[in-house]
Amino acid sequence: MTSASLNKGGRGSAIVLALAGWFVKFVLVVLVIATFNFILVHAAPGDPAQVIAGQSGASDEKLLEQLRAEYGLDKPYPVQLANYLGRVLTLDLGYSYRQQRTVSSLILERLPATLLLTATAFILALIAGIFLGTLAGVRAGKWSDTLLTIVSLLLYATPVFWLGLMLVLLFAVQLDWLPAFGYATIGVKQTALERMVDIGMHMVLPVISLAAVYLAIYTRLMRSSVLDVTHQDFIKTAKAKGLKQRAIIIHHMLRNAVLPIVTVAGMQAGALVGGAVVIETVFAWPGLGRLIYDALLQRDYPVLLGVFLVMSVIVIALNLLTDAIYRVIDPRVSVRAAS
Amino acid sequence: MTTFKAFLRHPTGMIGLFILSCVVLLAVSAPWLFPDDPWDMVGAPFQPPLSEGLWLGSDMLGRDVAAGIAHGARISLIIGVVSTLTSLIIGVTIGATAGYFGGKIDDVMMRLTELFQTIPGFVLAILLVATLGPKISNVIFAIGIVSWPSLARLTRAEFMRLRGREFVQAAVCQGQRAITVVLRRILPNAISPIIVTGSLAVASAILIESALSFMGLGDPNLMSWGFMIGAARTVIRQAWWMSVFPGLAILLTVLAINLVGEGLNDVMNPRISRRR
Repeated sequence: MTSASLNKGGRGSAIVLALAGWFVKFVLVVLVIATFNFILVHAAPGDPAQVIAGQSGASDEKLLEQLRAEYGLDKPYPVQLANYLGRVLTLDLGYSYRQQRTVSSLILERLPATLLLTATAFILALIAGIFLGTLAGVRAGKWSDTLLTIVSLLLYATPVFWLGLMLVLLFAVQLDWLPAFGYATIGVKQTALERMVDIGMHMVLPVISLAAVYLAIYTRLMRSSVLDVTHQDFIKTAKAKGLKQRAIIIHHMLRNAVLPIVTVAGMQAGALVGGAVVIETVFAWPGLGRLIYDALLQRDYPVLLGVFLVMSVIVIALNLLTDAIYRVIDPRVSVRAAS
Repeated sequence: MTTFKAFLRHPTGMIGLFILSCVVLLAVSAPWLFPDDPWDMVGAPFQPPLSEGLWLGSDMLGRDVAAGIAHGARISLIIGVVSTLTSLIIGVTIGATAGYFGGKIDDVMMRLTELFQTIPGFVLAILLVATLGPKISNVIFAIGIVSWPSLARLTRAEFMRLRGREFVQAAVCQGQRAITVVLRRILPNAISPIIVTGSLAVASAILIESALSFMGLGDPNLMSWGFMIGAARTVIRQAWWMSVFPGLAILLTVLAINLVGEGLNDVMNPRISRRR
């Protein structure tokens, strides 16, 4: 076997290994969170059957009996836990007795709206943050630099739900430029294009409110990252070669300076999804966060637990995504070394 | 003392300290400034600011917005500080154990920390408060549970750095017990970055608390800023002041704590560059 083919085989199996590693991690996290959910249901004050039924106080004794039998609540805890984990792994997230539907169907119905909101905010914050941060880094010390620091300090201290409300106050109530609530205009006949524009208009305020903090963080990070890179030897070499500044920034600086931002973005995926919950409440956006809010009002625990599980899965997926982006951008990290 | 003097010369840190002192003063004097229960009706509902002797107006049930803000300051500060202490206890214990013992223990502890960093913390806090009940102790517990991972990582890094130093090895060789080495030898040397991160954690705890009570998960007996905004959300078209002022209170308080934290960072860890 030549060394080239050996290398190739090694790389292929390394990717398989990494994927297997991701999958194991994924299943482990799901199992741990499911176990956690199970403990919570039993730690909640009162009868677990009542918790599952989403009722408090007076309740239908017949339903409770049926639930105890169905969930095996009379069996020892380990058996109950094993049953529960088995159901979760087969994607059975339980039944919402309040809404008279399976939790998984409720979640599937709301998932697209949440994915649309979080993904758009995430990508917007990343791209705009990288762009603005590069500008600020290249022009460090100018007034725009100071302005950026002040704005990001303020945004960092602003509660995300309040920022959303203030944007509503300004752009929907005072100026009447954008719709304040909801996902799309209801009860109007629209062509596909009109509907896309309509949803886009409804998205502007929620996306901006959700993305703002992260935009501020990424801009500041990118700025200092660009400043770090500027003084490294390979940039000096590029300058000495007589490259234009534009070419240096695009081909040499960005790829290196962007790496820390990608790392941080991956770590903040959880906070982003949490922020989406509040934003969806503010804007009546029909996603998982809104589902949590409604479930809270009705004390609908199966829905709460199911959404928590699914949101954790979204965070893991975002982590994997940023991991993959990192590998694509940074040629130094081999698949094997990082797994 | 030199640290203190250096902080006095830190401009943004002093601005933060000034704002924070005002908030603390407001919180402490709330029972004298507004002796009535902030839940009581004191005037007609929907009064704009500066009418009927109400500086900041009244809400939809005729409650004084200014009184709510003053009494809410107490709740925000208490929850911010106590829940940060909770997360400090959890985070420092886990980080110190992992960093001091290393090896398998470190592995397990760091997996746990990573797991908690993966979980969407705010959703977990919602879940905890919803199942355990909306009491102030449960809110504090929930915020503590979701905020410790970064403190644990920091403590672990500091402990790993100090673990191999001569004075620690000397203490170990003298046969001092692990708990003594950890508490008396290593921790005092690791304390300044922990204090800085802890002070910044108070700010984020206040933000989490406000979001929880905005979602209706605050203690129903205690007036809080998040609750005021959440309650006024539906009437924002008619009454801007009910949500604007409590939000400004949160913004100023969190900003002040962040400025103080960054000031402390510059003064206590001059060699470490700013994190953000």
